[in-house]
Amino acid sequence: MSTPAIHFDKVSRHFGEVKAVDEANLEIRDGEFFSMLGPSGSGKTTCLRMIAGFDRPTSGNIFLYGQDVSDLPPYERDVNTVFQDYALFPHMSVGANIAYGLMVKKVPKAERLKRVQEMLELVRLTGFAERKPSQLSGGQRQRVALARALINHPKVLLLDEPLGALDLKLRQQMQVELKAIQKRVGITFIFVTHDQEEALTMSDRIAVFNEGRIQQVGTPSEIYERPASAFVAGFVGTSNLIDGETAKRITGSEEMFSIRPEKIHLDATNAEPEKDMLCIDGVVRDVVYLGLFTRYLVEIEGGSDLIVIVQNLKTTSMDVLSARGQKVRLHWHKDHMSRVGA
Amino acid sequence: MFNHLSTYLYQRPKLILALLLGPPLLYMLVVYLGSLFTLLINSFFYLEEFTGLVVRQFTLRTYLQLFSPTNLGIFGRTAGMALAVTVVDAIVAFPLAYYIARYASPRWKTFLYIAVTLPLWSSYLVRVYAWKLILAKEGIISWFFNLLGLQGILDGILSLPGIGGSSLSLSPIGMLIAFCYIWLPYMIVPIQTALERVPKSLLEASSDLGANAAQTFRSVILPLAFPGVIAGSIFTFSLTLGDFIVPQSLGNSRFFIGQAVYSYQGTAGNIPLAAAMTMGPVVIMVVYLLIARKLGAFDAL
Repeated sequence: MSTPAIHFDKVSRHFGEVKAVDEANLEIRDGEFFSMLGPSGSGKTTCLRMIAGFDRPTSGNIFLYGQDVSDLPPYERDVNTVFQDYALFPHMSVGANIAYGLMVKKVPKAERLKRVQEMLELVRLTGFAERKPSQLSGGQRQRVALARALINHPKVLLLDEPLGALDLKLRQQMQVELKAIQKRVGITFIFVTHDQEEALTMSDRIAVFNEGRIQQVGTPSEIYERPASAFVAGFVGTSNLIDGETAKRITGSEEMFSIRPEKIHLDATNAEPEKDMLCIDGVVRDVVYLGLFTRYLVEIEGGSDLIVIVQNLKTTSMDVLSARGQKVRLHWHKDHMSRVGA
Repeated sequence: MFNHLSTYLYQRPKLILALLLGPPLLYMLVVYLGSLFTLLINSFFYLEEFTGLVVRQFTLRTYLQLFSPTNLGIFGRTAGMALAVTVVDAIVAFPLAYYIARYASPRWKTFLYIAVTLPLWSSYLVRVYAWKLILAKEGIISWFFNLLGLQGILDGILSLPGIGGSSLSLSPIGMLIAFCYIWLPYMIVPIQTALERVPKSLLEASSDLGANAAQTFRSVILPLAFPGVIAGSIFTFSLTLGDFIVPQSLGNSRFFIGQAVYSYQGTAGNIPLAAAMTMGPVVIMVVYLLIARKLGAFDAL
């Protein structure tokens, strides 16, 4: 296996008493689209800033393609960043912004101009070189920031919630575009986001952060289908978490497990459970008709509430709303649930 | 009753605007621009030397007097001093403003901010006279040079032709020191404000793209702080141009614009020449602002 693009070896970053990042171990592979996902304050941005060099680890080491960069200043690292607020230089034209990295490295002017043109083409902003950042829309600024970082051919590109300020439609468009650009340039992208949907659609692999610790690293499907902890199950998508007496009743063990709402079947109480299916009876407490699907809140024996999502294949709103107060039997395949420990 | 009035005004936004803007606008037009205009009119009159009376008749004779060698010398000397004060203040103010804006903790920042503006709370006259004592032949500065056995250096500086003198307080150098001290807060505050408006992420971006500290300073910090430097320089430059207290208290007996205006309108009673003289700084400031605009100082506004 080749040298990892980024390797974290027991990296911690403490701000006084606060452990922003606590003993993180992580390997990011060469050429992958890697997302760091977590709520705000979970340590994902601090990790990104330590890779860029804006922050230094309190302890532990960071390796960039095998080289220990923990104590190198940002300008000596082969890494570039796309900032959350884009951080374009307001007094420079778009062209000068993109050429900045080459300018400080004293690349001759002719080559600078040529490469700026290539970058403008890559991000589809040909003809914008003379404009000032203030004359651009949010999406265009975003692309200038991307071009400014990519022109230096960094070994790793860091993106700090770059789509956060865009509206939904532009956001989805940029997600596709970013992914396409990453495929074209073949650079390792590290993408920080708090949006689980964004992380699931774009990433090759995801690291889920919470309270300074990495909870789980895996492909989007692994993260979604096999959450390693109660936090991951709850943060990525919606999950039903069951433990204690109720869990024992269903699985025979008190250990906590998670089951996704769309994996649960809803049936009449006389339905016979099939092979490898687990089942429990309950009463429908609430029904929300959402067009594409219906969300049921079912109180099961033992007192817990389960969310169940059923696609409206044949049912209409009249049918589903009449289900309120009815007794039902819930069942699901045992492979669809994950034990998430305490 | 009050509600009625409130509703009445709410429905007439233009009336509110008139009530709000009227008084200050009236003041601006009558008292401020009016007096400037009177000054302009007066500068086109002339003083009959023989009778000592002002002749209220349009003439350019007074303006011609401005071009006498003495008056040209006064303009040149004052503008030169104003420029020197501005350059020295900018150089002294920048590091301090940079420290306050970038590195100081919130409490330390408040403290420094008060420290910078504190001198403005006390009378300007007191401070000028204090400098007179500090810079005097028997003052603390000569005493300090003596203490270190560096009297020779001080004497060397004072023997420089044009800017030297018999003591610091009687030389243009002393005047420069007092001017720089007195107008320094007016330079620090605008630069600090401009620097505070530069987001930290811009400095990180510059460093991320491969620029070391010196390159970041030259390519990002300085251009973005430049409007602040220009704003500060407008204060230091114009305040020095018009001041007559410092040149009267310190330096040699050669006149500055402020002193000239003061003496013409006072004992000499030559109001027209004083008025014409006042137009000098106005013209110099306009030229200064045009140059500043040419340098791109207002691009980032």
